[in-house]
Amino acid sequence: MKKLMLGNEAFARGLYEAGVTVASSYPGTPSTEITEHLAEYDEVYSEWAPNEKVALEVAIGASIAGSRSFSAMKHVGLNVAADPLYTVSYTGVNGGLVIAVADDPGMHSSQNEQDSRHHAIASKVMMIEPSDSSECKEFVKTAYELSEKFDTPVIVRMSTRIAHSQSSVEINERVLPEQKEYTKNVQKYVMMPSMARGRHVFVEERTQKLIEYAEASPLNTVIDNGGDTGIITSGAAYQYAREAMGENSSYLKLGIVNPLPVELLKDFCSKYKTVYVAEELDDIIETHCKKIGMNVTGKEIFGFTGELSQAIIAEKLLGKKNDSVEFTESVPVRPPVMCAGCPHRGVFYSLSKNKITVSGDIGCYTLGASAPLSAMDTTICMGASVSALHGFNKARGEKAEKSTVAVIGDSTFMHSGITGLVNIAYNATNSTVIILDNSITGMTGHQQNPTTGKNIKGDPAAAVNLEELCKAVGIKRVKVVDPYNLEETERVILEELDAPEPSVIISRRPCALLKYVEHKPSLTVSAEKCKSCKMCLKLGCPAISMKDGKAVIDSTQCVGCSICTDVCKFKAIS
Amino acid sequence: METKSIMIVGVGGQGSLLASRLIGNVLLSGGYDVKVSEVHGMSQRGGSVVTYVKYGDKVFSPVIEKGEADIIISFELLEAARWVSYLKKGGSLITSTQRIDPMPVITGTDGYPDDIANKITELGIEVTAVDALELAREAGGVKASNVVLMGVAASKMDFEDELWQDAIKQCVPPKFLELNQKAFELGMNV
Repeated sequence: MKKLMLGNEAFARGLYEAGVTVASSYPGTPSTEITEHLAEYDEVYSEWAPNEKVALEVAIGASIAGSRSFSAMKHVGLNVAADPLYTVSYTGVNGGLVIAVADDPGMHSSQNEQDSRHHAIASKVMMIEPSDSSECKEFVKTAYELSEKFDTPVIVRMSTRIAHSQSSVEINERVLPEQKEYTKNVQKYVMMPSMARGRHVFVEERTQKLIEYAEASPLNTVIDNGGDTGIITSGAAYQYAREAMGENSSYLKLGIVNPLPVELLKDFCSKYKTVYVAEELDDIIETHCKKIGMNVTGKEIFGFTGELSQAIIAEKLLGKKNDSVEFTESVPVRPPVMCAGCPHRGVFYSLSKNKITVSGDIGCYTLGASAPLSAMDTTICMGASVSALHGFNKARGEKAEKSTVAVIGDSTFMHSGITGLVNIAYNATNSTVIILDNSITGMTGHQQNPTTGKNIKGDPAAAVNLEELCKAVGIKRVKVVDPYNLEETERVILEELDAPEPSVIISRRPCALLKYVEHKPSLTVSAEKCKSCKMCLKLGCPAISMKDGKAVIDSTQCVGCSICTDVCKFKAIS
Repeated sequence: METKSIMIVGVGGQGSLLASRLIGNVLLSGGYDVKVSEVHGMSQRGGSVVTYVKYGDKVFSPVIEKGEADIIISFELLEAARWVSYLKKGGSLITSTQRIDPMPVITGTDGYPDDIANKITELGIEVTAVDALELAREAGGVKASNVVLMGVAASKMDFEDELWQDAIKQCVPPKFLELNQKAFELGMNV
């Protein structure tokens, strides 16, 4: 049977068919749907872990126990999981271990554009890269065979266009391999120096074997159309190159991106007068080709930033540009915004109004940085809001402590905010941390987390009590506010900033998009009472705009959260 | 056959994912190689969103570039203006007449161009402008305006009605099936 599947859905199907039994992941665009779809198969145990390091360690444990196991994350998530990754490379596996990492060229939904292949090279772990949904499924199954054959974890590198494109996939049955025997083996699994030295020798030998495998692997394919031009490529870039060049070029499509072959590349390069390397982000393949003495052209024409496309390749290699029309006027940009009824809005409005410096974090609430709220000063990585606030306050002292806060979501706080809060209590700054508890992992599309009281399948689970947790790490002042209550929210923020000790404010209200949240009827503006002062526009609510000089509310968007009624001095909104 | 390219553009939250899945299923059942490229994550939050649908004997790139689209289906006028340069010569535009102000217009730092549909027609593009919101309301819910526009698109494409009906059944929850069938029909008859 053929089915149209997202790359991520096909990936999950591949995991199912390969007989995976344990999966642990942390959500992150564009990797999230792999684990979401995997959770639909009852034969596979899947979970959302608090962060990627925990997730990968869970998968490692399951692999050592003898099961085929899995962990998924986005590119920056692999940084969090890098610690176990670099050492599981040494221990190798028992049951096959596959890690999905999804890069985001073009930064559709990420804070940087890092190239995960660097991690594969540095950790000396095999990495393969599919180029459509069908390959996602088949490569995953091959990855488990390779993992067990070569005693290595295998990373499957995804990118946004592969993860979030649907194409047709042939469905097969699940084949469950017998669980491997677990036997105690300290030389292999206890990585203290004396044993790790031996394993490092093994890793270097394994790399040589993997290079030999890559020379003749069916994952690396040559499409020989004759001619003078050859393109070495992989993943999404392969699809762009094929579309742009058609039969005007020959191709070496690399399914294995670490380690790279040597003879295969030399042989390919020897056949064509001009050889290009088309790869997104960094010059990994190109540098390797040059290192083995091949004359190739890559980044000097394609550059290091953003996504490649068939248009870029056609323009650079053929000098061809499509005809197109342009709209004759300037078109205003439409940046993403906090939704109508978003519970974060009340907090950011209060912070903006009081000109507070905000140490930000990763989630929907990063949109608090956008105009008109413009209430965010920094965003670095998951959890950094809390720890960087402490550093900021240590550097600038009491004045900063009274005018600076950290904002962090419930899921991000569980991911890596807790340790920063421990540090605030332990090393004593009078910092104020606001946990934006919307009872879900929002930006990635509503995943459960340890604070929500539900597991990945929506079944009841233990819930972390945020108030008790914050108190337990040494924060005495813990306040809870409802962000729909603007007066209370602003008052508590100012009180806690002023307090001579560290404090946590939990801003608690579920995401307005959650199915169980009941929406109130849309509000309306009385045109007579509206004095056109535009105070309501300062909320940055997408449902409110001006029409004929008066504020109007779009009834298809408004969910009746009513914070606009609190900012209107003329009581024009009801 | 040469690969055909359709773009679905709109504002995050307007239901472009459902629309693209619908059309993707029709094309797969029609025996084509299909790729549908979606946008998830940050840009979905009320931002400008675009979905690419490509079909033919063999589709390589999942994305559509400037001057490549045969049809653009736009859920909002400003988005039609934003993406019109992606149409190829002789391409056509189906657009909802709905207007959603982006934040720079709401805050007054930028203006919303007027008379967008006519200005696009003047560029030599065939434009079908439809009050999809009103038709969806007639069908029983404004959220179905995406399916209304799919109905309009279907009337301009050469696929059997049965394929569309099957795709609607596959993609829409049973609870909303009747509403969406009606929305599709109203779009078809525009």
